[in-house]
Amino acid sequence: MSGVWRDRRARVGAALLAVVIATAVAAPLVTAGDTSVPRDIVASRFLGPLSYDVSGAFHLLGTDRIGRDVWTRLVYGGRISLAVGFLSVILSVIVGMLVGGLAGWWRGWPALALTALTDFALALPRVVVLLLLAALWKPSTALVILFLGMTGWMPIARLVQGEVRTLSANSFVEGATASGARSLWVLWRHVFPNTLTPVFVVAALGVGNAILAEAGLSFFGLGVQSPTPSWGNMIASGRDTLVNAPWVAAAPGVVLAVVVVGCTLLGDGLRSAIGRRQSVVG
Amino acid sequence: MRMLVHRALTGIAVVAGVLTLTFILLHAAPGDPAALLLGPAASPAQLAAGRHRLGLDRPLSAQYAEWLGGFARGRWGTSIVTGRPVRDMLATAWPATVRLVLLSLLLSYAIGLVLGAWQAARAGSRLDTALSVATVSLVALPGFWLGLMLVAVFTYLLRLLPAFGAAGFDADFLGTWGRFIDGARHLALPLATLTLIGVGGAARVIRGSLLDALEQPFVVTAHAKGLSDARVLVGHALRISMTPIVTLLGLSLPALFSGVVFVEGVFAWPGVGRVLVEAVQARDYPVVMAATAISALLVVAGNLIADIGAVVVDPRLRTRVSGR
Repeated sequence: MSGVWRDRRARVGAALLAVVIATAVAAPLVTAGDTSVPRDIVASRFLGPLSYDVSGAFHLLGTDRIGRDVWTRLVYGGRISLAVGFLSVILSVIVGMLVGGLAGWWRGWPALALTALTDFALALPRVVVLLLLAALWKPSTALVILFLGMTGWMPIARLVQGEVRTLSANSFVEGATASGARSLWVLWRHVFPNTLTPVFVVAALGVGNAILAEAGLSFFGLGVQSPTPSWGNMIASGRDTLVNAPWVAAAPGVVLAVVVVGCTLLGDGLRSAIGRRQSVVG
Repeated sequence: MRMLVHRALTGIAVVAGVLTLTFILLHAAPGDPAALLLGPAASPAQLAAGRHRLGLDRPLSAQYAEWLGGFARGRWGTSIVTGRPVRDMLATAWPATVRLVLLSLLLSYAIGLVLGAWQAARAGSRLDTALSVATVSLVALPGFWLGLMLVAVFTYLLRLLPAFGAAGFDADFLGTWGRFIDGARHLALPLATLTLIGVGGAARVIRGSLLDALEQPFVVTAHAKGLSDARVLVGHALRISMTPIVTLLGLSLPALFSGVVFVEGVFAWPGVGRVLVEAVQARDYPVVMAATAISALLVVAGNLIADIGAVVVDPRLRTRVSGR
């Protein structure tokens, strides 16, 4: 993986993500105050960015319609949005490696059935399925993670299936099987570890997509529920005050885009780094 | 040809699968449409009667069989919430969605083609890097957020363009020309939102496949023949890159449709996406089923058209198909 950092895109992407993640983790240090309680609603609402309220508190990104500091909510909302993104992708990776791994390892109808399942799930418009799920079950942060995870595993399954097919023709797999190891143990111990790097690339892109999808669900009121701030429900609530306080909706959208750009650049950089390594080896 | 038939059959299987999945999900989820329809004051007897009227008291398999049979024969039922026939609701909705999608596809690929070709011709230059940063950022923007920002600027700040619906309240009283202008003004922001995001994706794909094509031996030959860089790029490299571009266009349709759902939500555009969102929120079973089916059909049909398109633009696929 060390060759990755020679790629400028990977460096820029990782730096963008690192800054956002570090800020979210250090939320209590970089903000002052609670995300849900304003000091004085009437005096401190709809303050523009870079302004002071009556109590002398500084508002870097202004305040919303009930006087809450947008910067504070942005940073704490980042914790939720990033956690939703990363956890749902971890779930997608588990399901995707399981389905794709078995589809690539097995032969005959079980493999065909798993491939068909993947193709089918890939053809569904993700948002339609997500809307359906989120509207039918009462949305909560945990369910949103579950739904995003269960609708994002297909690209990983496809990739892992191809990788497992290729890897299983290698002599080290034959060797492990010949030495008496059980079939699924060989898959787990010898084949899966070799698929992890390309999976990481797809997962990096998946994190950005998952955060975008959560924001979309929140936009329809079906994502992470208020008063817990997430970038999505911040944009949704900023929609109502677009006329007199456009910064409420603008700020979370910009950070969201920065995170997605970071994920894309990191993924692109990793991919071409892997390509280089493979072309050197092969 | 056999490939296309195979694809069409797979598409039908996907639509059938979507319908089955939707049916199962709707009935597995908590919540009772009869209770939603009759309100909290309904007595148990009224609820039972309501469920009977909606056919919800019969075995699931019977409900499914009847629904599927009716759907195939064009009987899509009536909306539980509005009381209107589902077919009428969707018949007015789907052309609005298709119009928006087709126009934005056309525009994004036209602009993306120019940008991508420009970048590929000057790969590695500062301009290429700047455009790459721009296209990556465009793809990363949440569609509904971009829509809101365009509304904030063009509707609230500059007071130039309308932000809601497909026509003004006075549209019925305008002449043909006036109605066209009114429609175009309403189309502008939703179309711009979808197109801006689409341009990012299209330019990235076109740049990538052009750069791949430029490494091919026939490009070296074309250069050796003394052709100009522009002719090599357009006449040789672009031609060969059309296949991956058209294929990716088909694959990007589900994502595009997802984008449409949000854009229709932001701009109150009267399309399938908005019907679907409203029906999902109100748990309007017949409308949800039909709108899901229509969206799956649109995506599958789009993929099929892209497959046919790939055969049309790449003569090699054609000879392989007919030369069997």
